[in-house]
Amino acid sequence: MTANLLEVQGLDAFYGPIQVLYGVDLDVVSGGITTLLGANGAGKTTMLRALCGMIDTKGEIRFDGASIAGRATEDIVRLGIAHAPQGRGTFVRQTVEENLEIGAMTRRGRAAIAADIERVYGYFPRLKERRRQQAGTLSGGEQQMLAVGRALMLRPKLMLLDEPSFGLAPLLVQELFGILRTMNRDDGASMLIVEQNAALALDLADHAYLLETGRLVMSGPAREVRDNETVRRSYLGY
Amino acid sequence: MQIETLSIRLIASAGAVVVVLLPYWRQVLLLSALAVALVLAFALKNFVLFQLTLALIYAIAILGLNLLTGYNGQFSLGHSAFFAIGAYTAAVLMEQLGVPYYWTLPVAGVVCLVFGFLFGLPALRLEGIYLALATFALAVAMPQILKFSPLEHLTGGVQGIVLLKPDPPFGLPISSDQWLYLFTIGVALVMYVCAYQLIKSRTGRAIIAIRDNHIAAMSMGINISLYKSLTFGVSALYTGVAGALAAIVVAYVAPDSFTLVLAIGLFVGMVVGGAASIVGTLIGGLFLLFVPNIAESFSKGLSGAVYGIILVLTIYVMPSGAAGLVRLVLIRLMSRLGSR
Amino acid sequence: MELFLHQVLAGLATGGIYAGMALAVVMIYQAIDSLNFSQGEMAMFSTFIAWQLLQWGLPYWGAFFLTIGISFVAGVLIERVVFKPVQNANILSHIVIFIALFAIINSSAGFIWDFTIKPFPSPFGTRELFGQRLVSAHDAGMVAVTLLMLVLLYLFFRFTRVGLAMRAAAANPESARLAGIRVGWMLALGWGMAAAVGAVAGMLIAPVVFLEPNMMLSILLYGFAGAVVGGLTSPLGAVIGGFSVGVIENVAGTFIPVVGSELKLTIALALIVAVLVVKPSGLFGRTVVERV
Repeated sequence: MTANLLEVQGLDAFYGPIQVLYGVDLDVVSGGITTLLGANGAGKTTMLRALCGMIDTKGEIRFDGASIAGRATEDIVRLGIAHAPQGRGTFVRQTVEENLEIGAMTRRGRAAIAADIERVYGYFPRLKERRRQQAGTLSGGEQQMLAVGRALMLRPKLMLLDEPSFGLAPLLVQELFGILRTMNRDDGASMLIVEQNAALALDLADHAYLLETGRLVMSGPAREVRDNETVRRSYLGY
Repeated sequence: MQIETLSIRLIASAGAVVVVLLPYWRQVLLLSALAVALVLAFALKNFVLFQLTLALIYAIAILGLNLLTGYNGQFSLGHSAFFAIGAYTAAVLMEQLGVPYYWTLPVAGVVCLVFGFLFGLPALRLEGIYLALATFALAVAMPQILKFSPLEHLTGGVQGIVLLKPDPPFGLPISSDQWLYLFTIGVALVMYVCAYQLIKSRTGRAIIAIRDNHIAAMSMGINISLYKSLTFGVSALYTGVAGALAAIVVAYVAPDSFTLVLAIGLFVGMVVGGAASIVGTLIGGLFLLFVPNIAESFSKGLSGAVYGIILVLTIYVMPSGAAGLVRLVLIRLMSRLGSR
Repeated sequence: MELFLHQVLAGLATGGIYAGMALAVVMIYQAIDSLNFSQGEMAMFSTFIAWQLLQWGLPYWGAFFLTIGISFVAGVLIERVVFKPVQNANILSHIVIFIALFAIINSSAGFIWDFTIKPFPSPFGTRELFGQRLVSAHDAGMVAVTLLMLVLLYLFFRFTRVGLAMRAAAANPESARLAGIRVGWMLALGWGMAAAVGAVAGMLIAPVVFLEPNMMLSILLYGFAGAVVGGLTSPLGAVIGGFSVGVIENVAGTFIPVVGSELKLTIALALIVAVLVVKPSGLFGRTVVERV
C-alpha cells in the first residue's frame, strides 16, 4: 500500500468562535491527485487553510509522518507544502519573475532556482512574455497560472490548489488541468485540489472527497464517486 | 403564601415588561441614560459638570470624525482644523457681531459644512495614507493661519478671544455650568439621533458601501465623488458644531488650543471608542478628556510616556475599540448560548 | 535672480535634512506598508544615545556606528514586543500604536536628558565650502551620506533575496507566509533598518538644528512631505522630494511677501497637497493598477 503523504483525522476548524469543519478525515496518497468537492460554503477552502495553519483547528494533521497541526504557516510550508490560495494571492506590485523568485525563497542554489523558473515558463509561455510586467496587471487566468507556478517553485511534495478553474475560460481550464497532470507525473508533486467544477476535477483526480456544510459525506476512488447517483445528480448535472 | 404569589406576580410582570420593551431596547437605553444625565446635573459639582460637558463636546467632535473615517473610510488626522473653524466662527460672531450663543451653532455648522465639502473635493484624489498626510498638514497649518498677523483684528492673533459665559435663560435658578451642561446634552441628543438616522438610511448604507468596496459601490450607481465630499462636509459640520460649543463653554479661543495634539486626540478617541460606532464616541470623548490628566497625575515628567503606555495597553485589550470589545463579548455569548 | 539662486542653494542645504528623513520614511513604508509617525522620535532618541556615548568619552565614529547598531536592535525589539500582539488589528489601531510610541519616546527623552538644547558635533566640520556662505562642508557631507544610503538601500532591496523577501512580506503577508517567508521577522528587520537609517539622519541633522527632544517633529513632517511628493514607493523620489521641499520652503518663505515667513510651513504643505492632487502617487511613485 502506498504511503499516505497527508493524513487528517477528526479535523475541526474554527473562524474565531464559529465552527466550520466537523470531524473531517482525509488522506492524500503519495504521488496521487486527490480532489475535494462540494458546493459553495461547504468548507473546502477552509480545509486548505486549516492544513496550512492559517486558522484554529482541533484534531490531527500528519504530513510525511510528522504532526503539523497547530504549527505556523511558514513552518508548514517549509516542510514541503505549497498552497495556491483562493484569490490567487498574487504579489501585485512585484513583477511576474519576482513573484516566482518569491516562491523559491526558502530554497538554496541559484542555478536550480533559475532552471525551475525556466520550467515554469515552459509550462506557461504567457508568463514568460510578461516576465517583467507588474503582476497586478495580469488577467485572472494569467494570475492563476502565476499562482500555480509560484507554488511549483517551492519544489513541493504536496500542492494544495484552491479552485484553480475559478474565473477561467473553459479552454484555459482544460489547458491548466492538462499542465497539472503533467506536473504530477513529471515533477512528482502530489496534489490536493479543491474544486467546484466537479466534472473536471473527477476527471483529473485519482481519489475524491465530498464535503457538505463542513462534514465529509463521501469518499472513494474518483471513478466511483463520479458514477455515484447522488453525485451525478447534484454535482454533475445529469 | 401571600408573599410568594406576590413575588411571582412581580417577576411575571417584570418579565412581561422586558419582553414587550426588548425590541425597543435602544430607546429604553437612551431614555435611561438621559434620565441619569439629568439627575447628575443636580447631583454633581459645577467643575465636574464642566468636565462632563467638555467630554460630551469631544464626543460630538469624535462622532464627526467617525462619520468620515469609521463609516466612510476616509482617514483624517486634521479634524482639529474644523473644530477650530467652528470655535472661531462662534467666537467672532459673539464677540464682533454680538450674536447670541445659540445661533452660533447652526452658523458654525454651515460654515464647516462648506469648508469640509471644499476640502473633500481635492481629497477625492487621495487615498489612505496620502489623505492622512494631507489632513495632518491641515492640522499643523491651522494654528499658524490663526496666528497670521493680517487676520489679527478678527482672530485676536496669538492671544485669542476671551468670551463671556452665557447665563441660564428665563432666569432659571441654576448655575451657568449646569445650564451649559443641559444645553450641550440637548444639542448632543439632536446630533446623535440625526447621525444614527443617517447611518441607518439609504445614504448611510451608500456611505458604508463606499468604505467597504468602492468599486462595487460605483458599479451600483452610487456617485462616489458626491457622497465622499458630502460626508466630508457633514463630518466637518459635526466637529465644527462641537468646536462652537467648546468656545461657548470654555469662553475662550486661542490658536494653540487647536493644534495637532487635538487632531491626534480626536483620532485616538475615535479608535478607543470604536471606529464605526456611534455610541463608542462617548467613550472616546471621556478618554480624550480624562486620560491625559490621569497620565499627568502619575508622573509630571513622564506624563507623555504614561499616556502612551495606557494607550498601548488599551489597544491590546480592545483592538477594535470599546464598541468592538462589546460586540465580541456579545458574539461569544450568543454562540455559547446557541451551541448549548 | 542672485537672491533666488541663493535661496535655492540654501533650500538644497536644508533639503538634505529632509531628504535623509524622507528616505527613512520610505524605507519603513516599504517594510510595513504604513507610515510610522514615531520615526522622528526614534531618530531623536538614537541621536541622544550617540550624544551620551560621546559624553562618556567614545570617539565620534565609534559612537556613530555603535548607535546605528543599538538603533537597529531597538527597532527590531520594538516591532517584536510592541507590535506583535496587535499585528492582526486594523490599520487605525496601528496608527494609534505609532502615536503612543511617539508619546513614550518623546517623553522619555525629555525625562532622561531634559529639554535644554545641546550642541552635537559634525564629522565634516562646519567650515564653508569653496568660500561661499550658504552651503557648508557639513551640508555637503549630509547630502553625500544621504545619497550613499540611498544607493545601498536600493541595491539591497533590488538585488538581494532578503530585500525581496522583505518587500513580499510587506506587500502581501499571507502570500508571503505561503512562500515560507517568516513575515514577522521580515517586519522586524524592516523596523531595525528604518531605525538605523533614522539614527544616521538624526546624527546628521542634530549639528544643524541642535539636539533637543522636540527637534524632529517639523523635520519629520517635511520628511513625510518629501516622501509623499516623491512617491512612497520610490526611495529616489523620496530624496528628490526632500530636496524639493527644502527649496520650496525657502523660496516661498523669501519671495511671497508678508505671508512668507509666518506661513512657511503652511505654504510648503499646501504645495505638497497640490502636487498630490495632480499626481496622487507622487512624482515618481508607481501607480498601482489593480484589476477588479
